[in-house]
Order: sequence, then C-alpha cells, then structure tokens
Amino acid sequence: MTSTDTTQPITAPFLSLDAVRKTYPGVVALDRFSMEVRPGEVIGLVGENGAGKSTLMKILGGVTRPDSGTITVDGTAHDALTVEHSIGSGIAFVHQELNLFENLDVAANIFFGREPLRAGPLRLVDRAKLREMVAPLLKRVGANFSADAPVASLSLAQQQMVEIAKALSIKARLVILDEPTSSLPIAETEKLLDVIKGLKAEGISVIFISHRLHEIERVADRVVVLRDGTLAGTLAKDRINHDEMVRLMIGRMLKEREKAGEAARAPGSVALSADAICTSTYPDRPVSIELRRAEILGLAGLVGSGRTELARVLFGIDERLAGSVTLDGKPLNVTSAADAVANGIFLVPEDRKLTGILLDLSIAQNISLPNLPAHARRSLVSVGAELATAEKQKRNLGIKAPSVLTRTGTLSGGNQQKVVLAKWLAMNPKVMILDEPTRGIDIGAKAEIYGLMRALADAGVAVLMISSDMEEVIGVSDRIAVMHEGQISGILDKDDFSQENVLLLAVGKKPKLLQAAGGAQ
Amino acid sequence: MSKKDLGLLILILVVGAVVTAINPRFLSAINLANTSNLVALFGILSIGQAFVIITGGIELSVGSVIALLGTLFIDFIAVREVSWPLAFVLILVLGAVIGFVHGWLITRLKLQPFVVTLCGLLIYRGVARFYTADGTAGFAFGQNFPTLEFLTAGRSYGLPNSFIALIVIAIVMWVVLHRSVFGRYLYAIGKNEEAAKYSGIRTGRVIIAAYVICGVLTALSAIYFAMYTRSISPASHGQFYELYAIAAAVLGGFSLRGGEGSLVGAVLGTVLLQELQNLVNLLGIPSSLNFAVMGGVILIGVLVDQQWGAFRARRRMLEASRRGVAGAPAE
Repeated sequence: MTSTDTTQPITAPFLSLDAVRKTYPGVVALDRFSMEVRPGEVIGLVGENGAGKSTLMKILGGVTRPDSGTITVDGTAHDALTVEHSIGSGIAFVHQELNLFENLDVAANIFFGREPLRAGPLRLVDRAKLREMVAPLLKRVGANFSADAPVASLSLAQQQMVEIAKALSIKARLVILDEPTSSLPIAETEKLLDVIKGLKAEGISVIFISHRLHEIERVADRVVVLRDGTLAGTLAKDRINHDEMVRLMIGRMLKEREKAGEAARAPGSVALSADAICTSTYPDRPVSIELRRAEILGLAGLVGSGRTELARVLFGIDERLAGSVTLDGKPLNVTSAADAVANGIFLVPEDRKLTGILLDLSIAQNISLPNLPAHARRSLVSVGAELATAEKQKRNLGIKAPSVLTRTGTLSGGNQQKVVLAKWLAMNPKVMILDEPTRGIDIGAKAEIYGLMRALADAGVAVLMISSDMEEVIGVSDRIAVMHEGQISGILDKDDFSQENVLLLAVGKKPKLLQAAGGAQ
Repeated sequence: MSKKDLGLLILILVVGAVVTAINPRFLSAINLANTSNLVALFGILSIGQAFVIITGGIELSVGSVIALLGTLFIDFIAVREVSWPLAFVLILVLGAVIGFVHGWLITRLKLQPFVVTLCGLLIYRGVARFYTADGTAGFAFGQNFPTLEFLTAGRSYGLPNSFIALIVIAIVMWVVLHRSVFGRYLYAIGKNEEAAKYSGIRTGRVIIAAYVICGVLTALSAIYFAMYTRSISPASHGQFYELYAIAAAVLGGFSLRGGEGSLVGAVLGTVLLQELQNLVNLLGIPSSLNFAVMGGVILIGVLVDQQWGAFRARRRMLEASRRGVAGAPAE
C-alpha cells in the first residue's frame, strides 16, 4: 500500500483538502478550507483555540465527516475518511494528551495489539522478536531509553518519542503532532524538533500544531493559519516569522508583546523569603529564594528541576523537610494549603483541570470556594454574596461565559485559567505563585494573563511565575531565577536576559555577561 | 426538590397505589405507623451514610456498629443500671469516636474507606458477640423506661416519635448539606478532593467530620433499633443494614464516586426500600425473595435514572442546535 512513493512525482501531494466545510449546530467550524501536504513537508498549523484546528484533525482522523468538500489521499478523492482508511493510508496522530499505557513498557506500547506471537496454541508474545522490531524504530526517533523501560519512568518528551515510534511502526506517511511541545521544557523540545527533522529527511510529512511560534519558525516548510474556521493565509518558508503568523491568526497586529517596562523597576521589599528549604524530590539540595513585592520573578529550568516541587512546598501542599520561610520578615510555618491561603500565599497550579478548578462546579462556586466563610452568614452560604463576587471578577478579568453559573468544565482553557486567577484575586494576594500559567492557552488569553500578572505586581504583590516557555520567561519577568537539579543555579537581572543565559543556567553551566551573581548556591 | 427526587416520589406513590389496589391493608393506620417507624430507623442510617458517600467514601461497618452499640446500650441501662440519658449520650459519643477513628485512618494514614470500614464491620461484630458471650442482650422482666420508650417507640398525634425525629434530623441535615459552608466543602471534596485542597480547604478535617456525623447518626439509630427490638442477638442484629443505607442513598441519586446527591433523595430512597419490604409482606411474596425484589428494583431505578439523564442531555443538545445559538466555534 505504501509502495506508491516511488512511482509518483515528488511534487504530487500526499494529501490535499479542497473546500472542506464542517458545521456543528449553530457553528461553522470549518469553511472552504483547502490545503495540501507534500511528502517530506513539514507544515506548521497555527490558529487560536476555536479556530477549527481540532475539527480539521478529526476530519483527517476519520472521526468526523465533513459536510462538503473533497479529501484526496494519495491521488484518490474521497468525500470523507473513515478511521480505518485514515490509519490505512498512513496518517498517524500524536496527541497532546498521550495515549500510552503507563504500566507497560515501551515495546509493548509501540506494538500494542499487534504483538508478534510465538507458534503454539497459547499465543504467547514473542518478546525477542518484539525487541528486534522495536529497536530500529527507537533508533529512528533518536531515543535515549531502552525498549523495556516502563513508560511511567519516561519523561514527557520521551513518551512523545514512543508515540512517534508507534506512528512509524504503522508505516506512517503523515504524522500529525498536536501541540507536542506545550508541556515540554526547552531541552526536550529541542529533541522533539530534531525528531521532526528526521521524519522529514525520511520523506514523511508532518503537520505540526503549536502555540509556540518560534518552534514553528524553526521547523516548518510552510505555515497554514486558521482563523474562525477559514484559511487565514499560508506562509511560504521565506515568509514565516512570528509577527506575520500572529497577524494572520488574530487578523490584526498584536500590540508589542508584554515588555514589562523597559526600564528596570525599583525592586520592592522582600515579601516571602525561603531559606535553605528542602523538598522531598531533592531532600539534599537546599533552596533559598526571595520574592519581592511589586516584582515578577520568573522561575525557569528544565522539567524535573524542582520548580513545581518548590512551589508546592511554599504553598503547603508538600512537606518542607528543612529550612525556614518568612513572610514580611516574620517566621511562617505553612503545613497545609489552608495555612498558605490564610496568609495570602496563593498558587495557580500547573494542572488546571486536576487541581486548579473544580470542573463540575460553576464559575461562582469556584471563585468563592477558598473564601467561603466570607460569603456566608452563620455558616450558611449566602448565594447573593457569592454571585456578587463572581460577577465582579467575571467583569474585571473578562471571563467569557454565558453567566457565572456556567459550569467551568465547559469553558475554554484560557477562561478556566482566568477563573483560577479570579478566585485568588478576590482575596487580596500577598504572594502569587503561578505554575505554567499559560500552558495550552491561546495567544489572546495569554496576553490577558500577562496583563493580569503585571497588574498584580504593580499593585505590590510578589509574583513568582514558573514557566518553560522561553519567550514568556524573558518577556514577562523582572528577574529570572533558574533551577537546575533541585537548586537555584543563578538569578538573572533584566540586563542579562537572553535565551542563551537561561539555557546555560538550566543545564547547570555559567551564563555569559553575568554582572550580579545573586542567590547562586 | 430536584427532578430526580420528584421522580422518586412519584415512583413511591405509584408503587403505593398499586399495592393498595391489591391489598388495601397497605393504607391501614397500623401498617402505615409500622412502616413509617422503620422508615425512620433506616432513614437516620441513610442520612449518615449519605454524608460519607458524598465525600466519595463508604461506610460498611454500620450494621455491626448497630449491633455493638445496641448491645452496649441495653447492657448499660438494663444490667449496669446507668441512667438512660447518660447511656444515651455515651452511645452517641462512642458513635462519634468510631466515626472519628475511621475518618482519621482514611485521611491521615491514607487507607481506603472500603478497607477501613470493612475491617470495622468485622471487628465490631466480633466485639459485640464477645461482649455478650454470643448471648442475647435484653431487658429483664418488668424493667421499664417509660420516657425512653415513649421517645423511641411511642407516638404523638398518631405519628411514631421516631418518624418525627427523622423529620427533624432530615431538615437539620438538609440545611447542613445543601446550605452550609461545610456542605459546600463536602460537595467540592467529593467532586475533586485534590482541587479542593488546592483551594485551601482542610479536606482531612472535613472528611473526618463526615465520618463523625455518620457515626453519631448510626449510634442514634442503634438506640432506636435496640428499643424497637428490645432484645439483641449480636450475631445477627443489624446485619446488612449498611447495604440498606447505601442502597437508599444510591436510589436517592448519590453517586458512589462522590460529589452528587440530595438529602431528600436519601430519605425518599429509604421510603421506597421500606415500601418494597412492606410490599413483599403484603402481597404474599415469599419473604425469601425479599432481597431479590429490592436488588431488582434498585437496579431498574438506577438504570432508568441514568438513561433518563442521557435522554435529557441529548434533548438539550438537539434543542440548542435548533435554536442555532452562535457561540464560540466548536473545536
């Protein structure tokens, strides 16, 4: 089935969509959409949330049937694809949420359901053969782990490589990567981009969906921009640049990215100071850090460098094994999140859906939850007070929802994140810790969240922002602390901000041009 | 009253009407009084169970606690001659202690509710049997506690006092569950304990409190059951009562995953269960089929409820599509 490669001229597209239209009740999700994917071509697909990317993916995966239009795969035209057909033609997906069995090893995952069997009535898995089949696949994706490693022990990037190896194992000719890097730290992202280049070199096409435009800039041969379900534009290789993509995505020029006041601000006094605290992940690596009022401190580093663990200790979720914390100069003993909240230390956690909000509760109930006694009379909840607070926050933060009684589970990622922020903003934060606050959020909402962080800092709050997005760390922070293997490897002042410096510190090397070496252990 | 509760009420009325049509004795004063007394006893249990289930937990030791505390209560007042108000308070305190220990083991030592309370089920039953040397706890001939008997087994205005107690408890607990800050915390924890913790709720304390409430209400119903049967053989007294309580809560719309259910539903669930028991008796169905009838009805009830929910969700979607609301484009 895949031997057609050689017989076709190189320029013939592997896949082409012509005037595809898909409507859902009340919504046109995709309209007059056409695009082509040639063998060995890397297409960057960008668009804000709701632009129609997911619908397009569903159509290509054969899950959704378009209302009209033609899909041509390998020269054969179809009205719609079926799942079997999509897989059979070599279209493979690597989703943002990985579909791996964490309890099985790498080899078992790659050939799940297609294991080579030994002869005999018991149909046992031929493990030797399985390993033999997996080895070349892992080599092709440049894996640095073995075939019998349990998936649970792999990093996110490694798990994505397993997914890609799985795609290769079914002789994929088009690999569609749906926001593969949104939860990857810098160094791991590099690996993934290399894998994409490797696929391209083998003549496999790639559709790369990402909100991180600089990654698209680096690997894409062509960029397809979706806006409100229509093709907003296509950029040829020489025209791919950040501003052009943003312009097409939102239909206007975004104002200069949050530049956080060109002149360095006068730092405020120290609000929260952690002295030699140890987390359970790195019990032997004490961390000291000072959060100043009216300042956004960016916390960069690789995933697993102990940033989230530090945040969890400061917020009282994890136990502090050693060291001390002071708030406004007074010793503070936080042993639970409730203690932290009572002291005005708030956390916007990394995993919005699991820990940030309660998806089944309404916006109003989520916002009042941490401060419910203030919305109650004689221990009975006052729904009036609750709604009033929620309405106010909804207006202030521009939460887009039919009403404050809407279930938060139905909101977009950006609006959910605003609800998380809203509940804390309603309570006068002293210290605000945000762990990957804009992950999986579209560009418009990102800018709003940067604005909110800046407004908090301007109001005198000490803000700690953990982020793996280099542009974000450099664009938003007033100072950047970088963690490496459980310790602060350095703190950069505004003058020393550069991707290179952050990266060097993240891998434990000395940055260049470091003028004021503060806080390094 | 939610639509779910209303549906349950209609079901109760329909079953009642059918039973009455076949056997008019269903509506006789004596039958209604008896049934409402049983509804009260099991209803108090179910309300307690509901508070645990809402957190996503389960309390399996209820039946054994009823045997143990019932035995102790009768022993206190009949053999040790403790004054009954003191014994009454002691038993409630013991119920609270049992609930606290369960909650503590579950939240602090991170044991699973099923395991903790299953062990409780075995332990309390064993202790109760050991305490009476497998004998029967009961009152001696001529022993009377007029006030206590009036409060537990007596009637006012034709209503069993136990039923009046249930109404009062149900109203109070309704306010607690549906209107109070604590009740909101219970729902939040049941929906997503981790997110509740990240919102600054002391989830451990709230969960322990739920088990304490369950323990106290179980202790109270243990006293009612003791005064109702007046003699207790700890080997069988209260057996399977935890399942009645769980069944009533589930019938009343509580999800065993937590975070869902209404107090009215739990009470109505109890009413339906007792009505079914009564139906088995009145319609001359062999009493050996008792459990089978209950199991069948619960299964059908849950099934209908779920299918109805799916149907309504579908209808909502169709309606939305007809109105053609222009919202955010579906991705």
